[in-house]
Amino acid sequence: MEEYFQLILNGILLGGLYAAVGVGLSMMFGIVKQVNLAHGDLMILASYLCMVLITHLKFLNLWTAVILVVPIMFAVGFLLQKYIMNRVQGMGMEPPLIVAFGLSIIIQNGLMLIFSPDSQSLETPLAIMSLRVTDMFYIPAIYVIDFLTGIALIIFLHLFFKYSYLGWAIRAASDDENTAQLMGIDTRNIYAWAMGIAISSAAVSGILIGATKNFYPHTGPQYLIIAFGVTIIGGVGSMAGTLLGGLVLGLAQLLGGKIFGPGYQLLSGYIILLALLAVRPQGLLSKAGRAD
Amino acid sequence: MSNETILNIDNIKVYYGDLLAVRDISLSIKRGQIVSIIGANGAGKSTILKTISGLLSPRGGTIKFLGEDITGHKPFKTVAKGISMVPEGRHIFPRLTVRENLLIGAYTPKARHQSEKACKKIFSLFPILEERADQLGTNLSGGEQQMLAIGRALMSDPQLILFDEISLGLSPLIIKDIYQKIKDINNEGITVLLVEQDIKRSLKASEWTYVLQEGRVVLQGKPDSLTEVQIRKAYFGA
Ligand SMILES: Nc1ncnc2c1ncn2[C@@H]1O[C@H](COP(=O)(O)OP(=O)(O)O)[C@@H](O)[C@H]1O
Ligand SMILES: [Mg+2]
Repeated sequence: MEEYFQLILNGILLGGLYAAVGVGLSMMFGIVKQVNLAHGDLMILASYLCMVLITHLKFLNLWTAVILVVPIMFAVGFLLQKYIMNRVQGMGMEPPLIVAFGLSIIIQNGLMLIFSPDSQSLETPLAIMSLRVTDMFYIPAIYVIDFLTGIALIIFLHLFFKYSYLGWAIRAASDDENTAQLMGIDTRNIYAWAMGIAISSAAVSGILIGATKNFYPHTGPQYLIIAFGVTIIGGVGSMAGTLLGGLVLGLAQLLGGKIFGPGYQLLSGYIILLALLAVRPQGLLSKAGRAD
Repeated sequence: MSNETILNIDNIKVYYGDLLAVRDISLSIKRGQIVSIIGANGAGKSTILKTISGLLSPRGGTIKFLGEDITGHKPFKTVAKGISMVPEGRHIFPRLTVRENLLIGAYTPKARHQSEKACKKIFSLFPILEERADQLGTNLSGGEQQMLAIGRALMSDPQLILFDEISLGLSPLIIKDIYQKIKDINNEGITVLLVEQDIKRSLKASEWTYVLQEGRVVLQGKPDSLTEVQIRKAYFGA
């Protein structure tokens, strides 16, 4: 019994992290109908960027580095959308897909050239701390940080979309681009803001991943798939759905791994995903008709 | 002051790909007027309004607003200058509430400062919108959605407002009500350009009208100076 309690708790904590991994992809998919295949690679790029900053700027630690990494990645996302993605917008689904795919390859190979294929991690004293739940059961402190940060990110984005002019503008542009323009919204610029925000969220999750697990230049696609899973399970573009999607995927992986053996972790997640797709293809909490 | 030309369109041509939808049209509106454009379905009415607001760019000719050349300016620029448009079919944002739909109408930096005040004003013009403020815009009836679309266009504090077929699909009683509101809006000094297929209604409301046929102006004048025969001939072709 206690064993399952542990698993469920860990699954929930992992789910918070997964929600953070998925939210940026879900956002861009929902808003610009653009599938950013480089989402995972941009996450890992942020992990490397963070690593470089901590190594070279001694006064920074993992958490203060966030203050630099997030704005830098925001700029990367903003410029990427404004000067590259927007140019192929409105040409159908494929061109943006191909551009993102190219970017993914460039990031992976660039990281490989600069940093070698070796495994890396972001060092933090938190990595070796743990919290006592019962005498027999400790959870790593970093898992709790991952979870809380993931939740905070989702809540922040929810409030942003609900209460800020920029948030309304992004939602309006995603619903009806022409009419949004008639409101005085420069929709091209709005898409760049949205991408900047999406990539900032990718940066946050990339730093969490880096502090929790090892990463390599080719780790990105692994998280892209998780982001896809979260988006599909939760429903595109819904903040509450993204959180739920993260939790379902995290729990499915850990419980599946326990029941069927460790090799089945990822597989169990995707079996749940397929099952949900069959029953509820629009996602658990799809955005259609919702005000969030 | 009242003789000042607010909008001057000179010889514009607008294409969709190779299709010439608006051919060498010129028209001019004075500040404070209500001007109408009538014409059958496909005559090019919406194309003209979209070109003024900047959703479409003309391939020839010029558009001047308050003397300034705005030809080919994107909507975010024309809205900031004081042109607002109520699009055909209303186009309420489905995932925004009534209040959010209104507030997004005040997106430009200048309008945003006054958005709360502007919102109150819209609520006094259309009290039903205040009752429905927190519902999704798409839950409203057709007439209420039209009021919301008009309110939303007023939020940017425009000097010129473009109405595209606002009576489409509404009951006569509601149309009458909405046209009364247009008069009220005009009395506050906002210039109105309205486009209709409903000839009677728009002729009655406006002080100058243009009759459009296949992308050309075929007749214009004060509505009461035009005979029914003239209008019918221009509207339906010879
Ligand atoms: N998006 C479009 N693509 C191609 N042709 C269009 C488009 N919109 C309108 N048209 C054509 O342009 C002409 C004028 O259309 P429009 O301005 O919408 O007419 P109206 O508003 O008077 O009914 C019509 O022949 C119509 O078929
Ligand atoms: Mg039309």
